[in-house]
Amino acid sequence: MTATTSYQQPTERGYYGQFGGAFVPEMLYPNVEELRTQYLDIMAEPEFQAELKQLLRDYVGRPTPLFEAKRLSEKYGTRIFFKREDLCHTGAHKINNTVGQILLAKRLGKTRIIAETGAGQHGVATATVCALMGLPCVVYMGAVDIERQAPNVARMRLLGAEVRRAESGSQTLKDATNEAIRDWIANPVDTHYIIGSVVGPHPYPDLVARLQAIISEEMRAQLLEKTGTELPDFVVACVGGGSNAAGAFYHFLDEPSVRLIAVEAAGHGIHSGHSAATSVLGTPGIIHGSKTLLMQDEHGQITEPYSLSAGLDYPGIGPLHAHLGEVGRSEFIAITDDDALAAVAECSRMEGIIPALETAHALAALGQLGAGPDDVVVVNLSGRGDKDLETYLKNMDKLV
Amino acid sequence: MDRIKHAFASKTNLLNTYFTAGYPSLHDTIPLAKALVDAGADILEIGMPFSDPLADGPVIQGSSSVALANGMNLPVLFEQLKGLRAAVPETPVLLMGYLNPVMQFGVEEFCRQAAEVGVDGLILPDLPLAEYEEFYQETFKKYGLKAVFLITPQTSEERIRHLDRLSEAFLYLVSGPGTTGGTTLPDAVAQQQYFERIAALKLRNPRLIGFGIGDKAGFERACEHAEGAIIGSALIRALEDATDAPAEAARFVRGIKPA
Repeated sequence: MTATTSYQQPTERGYYGQFGGAFVPEMLYPNVEELRTQYLDIMAEPEFQAELKQLLRDYVGRPTPLFEAKRLSEKYGTRIFFKREDLCHTGAHKINNTVGQILLAKRLGKTRIIAETGAGQHGVATATVCALMGLPCVVYMGAVDIERQAPNVARMRLLGAEVRRAESGSQTLKDATNEAIRDWIANPVDTHYIIGSVVGPHPYPDLVARLQAIISEEMRAQLLEKTGTELPDFVVACVGGGSNAAGAFYHFLDEPSVRLIAVEAAGHGIHSGHSAATSVLGTPGIIHGSKTLLMQDEHGQITEPYSLSAGLDYPGIGPLHAHLGEVGRSEFIAITDDDALAAVAECSRMEGIIPALETAHALAALGQLGAGPDDVVVVNLSGRGDKDLETYLKNMDKLV
Repeated sequence: MDRIKHAFASKTNLLNTYFTAGYPSLHDTIPLAKALVDAGADILEIGMPFSDPLADGPVIQGSSSVALANGMNLPVLFEQLKGLRAAVPETPVLLMGYLNPVMQFGVEEFCRQAAEVGVDGLILPDLPLAEYEEFYQETFKKYGLKAVFLITPQTSEERIRHLDRLSEAFLYLVSGPGTTGGTTLPDAVAQQQYFERIAALKLRNPRLIGFGIGDKAGFERACEHAEGAIIGSALIRALEDATDAPAEAARFVRGIKPA
């Protein structure tokens, strides 16, 4: 990679290094091609930008604050800031993407929206913008996830979305994504598929990264104000598919002094057989139309990851992250369920913020950074913990 | 003349039957192939089961899961297929599946073994055209394997012509929007217009219609617009509760194409 090439931009065919592309059946080719040929032009339109900015400000609540976490800073002997995506409408960064994609869908003339969801955060964020725009919304969710994320299922229904059970395979996020893709195959003309992460066929990884990039755009301005420089020493974010990390890293990708830390879910331990640490356990292959690192057996069958956090148990990672890891631009850390729960407790009691279980993985990495007193560390606080209360109740012995 | 060209040159109203390798039991693959051909199937499409078959509906998803649980994988399949040409000497045989297992096996090694056991062609729906032309075409050709491309109602004429130039087998006309086993056919008129539009293009390759074709009437209707049809999910459904899968498969084919 030459010095003039940006990590931000995939090739025309959607490749980040060896990862990416659009491995879709012919039935999806026209849909994906329509999106690919139009997304950049539409997003560049001044009216689109104006409408997006207004919604992000008045509806989502942006800019989200950059909060200096002083007690944790003292504990870890470094200067820690939280980018408060948990304060976004619906409680997580997911809505940055859905607001942008619903505006895109309208300009593409689409009249029906579909989405997949794991923990339910992306489903809620999609149902929310569909209610806002008066568009019918179908959210696919694994039957297992429907059982373990009942409050988010109720929220989606309250918002007017139809939640459809994905009964195939392992009945979790991977299968919900398969079902959403099959729905798109069956409804190629009127439907837009709002993918929730930087995964799937090109242009989705780039589209979602661009829409989440507002996170790091704001960080730079806020850091300048609070620390006198736009560039921190570390940016830390959790990675399932990797949308919040993509957004938090985006405007620092081409700033080599900033260390980018991607935190994966190790579940019961990386090599326990119950893990979602794709950067360690994954090998190159194709999942959901993208060539990337994924967890699979020796015969190329995709295996089911595990994490206590329903938002991190995806068997792949976005192709951008696979590339950043391969070339050494980002560093991966894996955090177990128990360490994430300990971070939930620590953040709750020391900063008065109950984080989402996914976010807690990023917080749990703070002790492993080797950050010094003069370093500035930004943790992307991607979501709030309300949706995880049931899990927290079940694990109260580890939390209090 | 290769087996695919010979089949289209010597027959009309061709029936291509799809079944999943290793379903309903692991060692049904060759007995099913033989039973289908003996009963009148003109082309065989053997499915390589995959954990996440995006283009398939619930029936083939189900047969794929069962086959994988039975222990089917590519090394096992190629071992079984060593008996293919003894069982079905003349019938064109295609392997249908998804790219990831093929990639993990190794594309070149996959092609070498497929050719060695007498496979004629490949249907890999998630192999994009641009990737095929750049990275796969040469290897397929080296081993004499023909790629089969899908066409849908949304495929542009320019792209159809391009696929027609590339194809050396037949074009797979997807009957409407949807996955295998159940396309959502909005109305028969639109479908008729689609088939007529394709027929009017005077393509150099023969066409087989597939997706959602499951009985004699559907087969005969498809044959009015193309050289034949592909039946998969309906056959798999017939095998679901069969005590004697090959006998049931033969009965199924005779029901579609009475002798």
